Amino acid sequence: MHHLSRRQALALGAGVVALTTTGWSSASFAAAKEAADEVAKFTGGKTPEKGKITIELPEIAENGNTVPLSVAVDAPMTADNYVSEILVVADGNPRPGVVTFQFSPMSAKAEAATRIRLAATQNIIVVAKTSGGQFFTDQKLVKVTIGGCGG
Amino acid sequence: MAEKPRIKLPKEAKKGEVIQIKTLVSHIMESGQRKDKDGNTIPRKIINKFTCEFNGKPVFSASIEPAVAANPYMQFNAKVEESGTFKFTWTDDNGTVTTAEEKITVA
Repeated sequence: MHHLSRRQALALGAGVVALTTTGWSSASFAAAKEAADEVAKFTGGKTPEKGKITIELPEIAENGNTVPLSVAVDAPMTADNYVSEILVVADGNPRPGVVTFQFSPMSAKAEAATRIRLAATQNIIVVAKTSGGQFFTDQKLVKVTIGGCGG
Repeated sequence: MAEKPRIKLPKEAKKGEVIQIKTLVSHIMESGQRKDKDGNTIPRKIINKFTCEFNGKPVFSASIEPAVAANPYMQFNAKVEESGTFKFTWTDDNGTVTTAEEKITVA
């Protein structure tokens, strides 16, 4: 019978920890990649410009089942130049899509609010599209205490 | 969806005024991610589309994913130039459509 030395046991333990962490990070990378794919689909491959967007979300969401979200874009809303759509994606939910708001010049403001579900601590990514084909983006991290996707 | 949707908007406004509209409809918004006690996935059933029109013209709409919370709430704005009727629709995965209307007087 071969007994592990204390050093070997520690090395093994470290290996297991390393494996587990790799497993986790690749899972979150997959979610982040899916979120990025969603964004690319929305922009038609264009890289959105950072800015013009205000995201209101709690810094810490105690209950991931219902998290208030409000988005606003600092852009004109005239008949020939307006924000036509705002895409919201999450990079740590089972699926990245959250909601897409569609506006018209009658919307008057490129602003909307709803309540969302968050499975874990993650980034909320917001991308706005103007009628002229410009894209703007920003993101915000939300810490989630109790996930909201049910087991 | 026996309960009537809840809608909040002013009854009167000035011409060209921007008003805020808040809506809430009762719906379980079953995400399709949950499992029942036997381990079977509970099928997805959500409201996937919300629309708001004023006198037949589109004002605002939303394409909704399972990550929107139960009893979906929507808040947005509208600029009113004339008296008329706001029409709201909520469509779920089964094709069930819930509608509501609210009138506004613009002076």
